[in-house]
Amino acid sequence: MRRYLTLLGIQVRASLAVAMQYRVDFLVQGGLALFWTSWSLVPILVVYGQRTSIAGWSFEEALVVIGWFTVMKGVLEGAVNPSLTAVVEHIRKGTLDFVLLKPADAQFLVSTAKFAPWRTLDVVGGLAIFAVAFHRMGRWPSPGAILGALVMLVCATLILYALWILVVSSAFFVVKVDNLSFLLLSIFDAARWPADVFRGILRVVFTVVVPLALMTTYPARALLGTLAPAHGALVLLGALAFSAVARFVWLRSIGHYTSASS
Amino acid sequence: MRRTLRAIPTLLRVGLAEAVAYRAEMLVWLLSTTMPLVMLALMSAVAREAPVGRFGQAEFAAYYLAALVVRLNAGAWVIWEVNFEIRQGTLAFRLLRPIHPLVSYACANVGAMPLRLIASVPVIILALATLGVGRFTHDPLLLALFPLTVVGAWLITFLAMAVIGALAFAIDSSSSVFELWLGLYGVFSGYLIPLELFPRWLEVTAKLLPFRFMLSFPVEMIIGLTPRPAALRELALQWTYVVVLALAARITWRAGLRRFAAFGG
Repeated sequence: MRRYLTLLGIQVRASLAVAMQYRVDFLVQGGLALFWTSWSLVPILVVYGQRTSIAGWSFEEALVVIGWFTVMKGVLEGAVNPSLTAVVEHIRKGTLDFVLLKPADAQFLVSTAKFAPWRTLDVVGGLAIFAVAFHRMGRWPSPGAILGALVMLVCATLILYALWILVVSSAFFVVKVDNLSFLLLSIFDAARWPADVFRGILRVVFTVVVPLALMTTYPARALLGTLAPAHGALVLLGALAFSAVARFVWLRSIGHYTSASS
Repeated sequence: MRRTLRAIPTLLRVGLAEAVAYRAEMLVWLLSTTMPLVMLALMSAVAREAPVGRFGQAEFAAYYLAALVVRLNAGAWVIWEVNFEIRQGTLAFRLLRPIHPLVSYACANVGAMPLRLIASVPVIILALATLGVGRFTHDPLLLALFPLTVVGAWLITFLAMAVIGALAFAIDSSSSVFELWLGLYGVFSGYLIPLELFPRWLEVTAKLLPFRFMLSFPVEMIIGLTPRPAALRELALQWTYVVVLALAARITWRAGLRRFAAFGG
């Protein structure tokens, strides 16, 4: 365990060093992060310009969901997506061999291969949105709600990560999937809306198959103090189950890996 | 020029073969354009009690299904190839061929169109079956012009990608710039929300920018929101953008290729 923590530290330091090399990109990325955060508010502003409440969500409550969306987007693009792109590239070129040869768990190594530190700005943006939303509501979340929200955040990150491992695993079978990260991002975009607006099949898909609801709507509920404890427990179970499935699928898929290069 | 024209049919066949070979990748692409369906669900929830402006639930359904069809058929993905090939230096191989690289990229994109058309057939059937023919425009001229507007939309998408991709000659990777473009596209093209529902100043801005001509112009025309004279005026504006972007692509690629040094070649 200690060894893996040390390894994690080394990988993060390496990502920081790489990120520092491209300083212009650094600034552009930072500016973009701020731009995106405010830009992602346009649709919700337009929609709530027409209605005061949609599917039982007031504007402020929907803002909290957007806040979670921004935080999770930061997690996705800062910690999950960069490595995803790297793994797909490894599989395509056959250089995954070098990772597999290393005396540490391959899943751990590929998952921590690359971070985009500048994306922490997204998290700051998300916190700012929370502040605005709660300020408009004229109340602040209780300590219990914050604790619940933090647990939900861990669950959401686990689910996101598991989802990512599942996507990467598919790259072992269909080799040319450069655009998988693009797909993940475009599906993830739906998470900016409270899951209650979706009906029928979409609702099932977004709760069970691609559990976007668990990533933004439930944490938002927790922060607002409207999440039933039973639901919270279900999310926890779901996150653990998702992670277990992802681990299983990863182990199975890596068995199918045949080096592509030589 | 003659030589290029002679090569095009072969290049198109290669493009089609490639698209068929990488079916899974194609499917991933198609799946990543399902945003209109999500927005359809959302806006139906918004319009459940009362219509929003000119849009009731049926209008929203027509709008987003048409948007899905236009997006499927006006999609281009040249930016990723350009970025990748410039960074890896593999563009050098493309430059060795006696045709302009943009022509070969375009052929690869157009070659995949039959598959994309097939993918949009179920959407069209669904739209006609659930909404009826009456939900779409009856004007024969506009119906005839619809394919032309989709071609224009594709050309704007492709050429804008080519111009932004050419930036990679100067800054090694233009994906951040493209991300910005994509963000503006999401709002200003009417991909997320019909432009009519925007606040006035945002709507006016959107009507002048090129993004709208990549999506909401063909969509609004086919679902009968745009009267004939306005549609013709916008068609002219769309093709003006096509011409401007074509010139820009030509200039940026000429300047860029001079700078190009095949990394790792």
